Amino acid sequence: MYQTNMYEGMVAETITLPGFNGELINAYFARPLGDGPFPGMVLAHHMPGWDEWYRETTRKYAHHGYATISPNLYFRAGHGTPEDVAAKVRGDGGLPDDQAVGDLAGAMRYMRSLPYINGKVGIFGTCSGGRHAYLTACQVPGFDAVVDCWGGGVVMSASDLNSNRPVAPLDYTPDLACPILGLFGADDRSPTPEQVAQHEAELKKYGKNYEFHIYPDAGHGFFYYNRPNYRQQQAVDGWEKIFAFLGKYLASE
Amino acid sequence: MCTMIVKKVNIDGSGKGTAGWFNVNQANVSYDHPFHIPMEHALNIDFINEDLGPGARVAVELSEQAARSLVASILEVLDQAKAGGHLI
Repeated sequence: MYQTNMYEGMVAETITLPGFNGELINAYFARPLGDGPFPGMVLAHHMPGWDEWYRETTRKYAHHGYATISPNLYFRAGHGTPEDVAAKVRGDGGLPDDQAVGDLAGAMRYMRSLPYINGKVGIFGTCSGGRHAYLTACQVPGFDAVVDCWGGGVVMSASDLNSNRPVAPLDYTPDLACPILGLFGADDRSPTPEQVAQHEAELKKYGKNYEFHIYPDAGHGFFYYNRPNYRQQQAVDGWEKIFAFLGKYLASE
Repeated sequence: MCTMIVKKVNIDGSGKGTAGWFNVNQANVSYDHPFHIPMEHALNIDFINEDLGPGARVAVELSEQAARSLVASILEVLDQAKAGGHLI
């Protein structure tokens, strides 16, 4: 934990890395200055885009000692303001799952190639990013922890499946190879508390290491201080739970 | 969570964006996360021209009630125009 007499420095910049199919995408990378070793984090941004909140969160993780990459999952939609690009993706019905997983896996591999990483890499996501984080952690070896914040669409009915989202993430649960922390709101409609319970039951069924919390008086996106669903107490507690969880599973051995 | 509820419609018209007027040839109508209106989900309409890039967008974000009122008003105005012989 940070103490006031500590030195602190950080570098935060845009980089380019190979994502899905080896295609180059851009990413925002923040890391503490120094030789490390630092644990790594990959952030899966939410449906509203590769926006300011995700840049801030990337730096927040770096402040807490994590080398952190937030890949631009909307890179192929073109460039403009984050809102305009996200609106284009919204109009297209969202991202293909395999593309998002490929980009997040690329960020993890890039992270692991760096000399100052301690060998541990986690993944975090909110909203659609929580779903993408879970999918990626299930499908791609190389993650040591996953944080799923209110990722809806993990539990999907057959009628929800389409060419972009052909398989419900829940079906990949047997393949999850790392601990998972899930943070959800009791008033959320996607995922509903019933869907969260179904997800939890599946994790339990397969003997996975999981920790789920459903916050009362919280809906979808209760970390977003710029949206009406922000819930101060729940958000503070949620961040404390995240850093406790990651400290446990991503610390240097 | 994103609903992914969206319909695209080809249209022909003009919209005024941040860089001035441009031809709009598509409208994306979604009920999903908005960017500005303080609601979790809203009826969003993006009037766009994909050939001009993501910035060629005129956006509105509406409550359900506002969207239904808008639809009714558009149809009412068109019916009135038709009744007045203004539609060719």
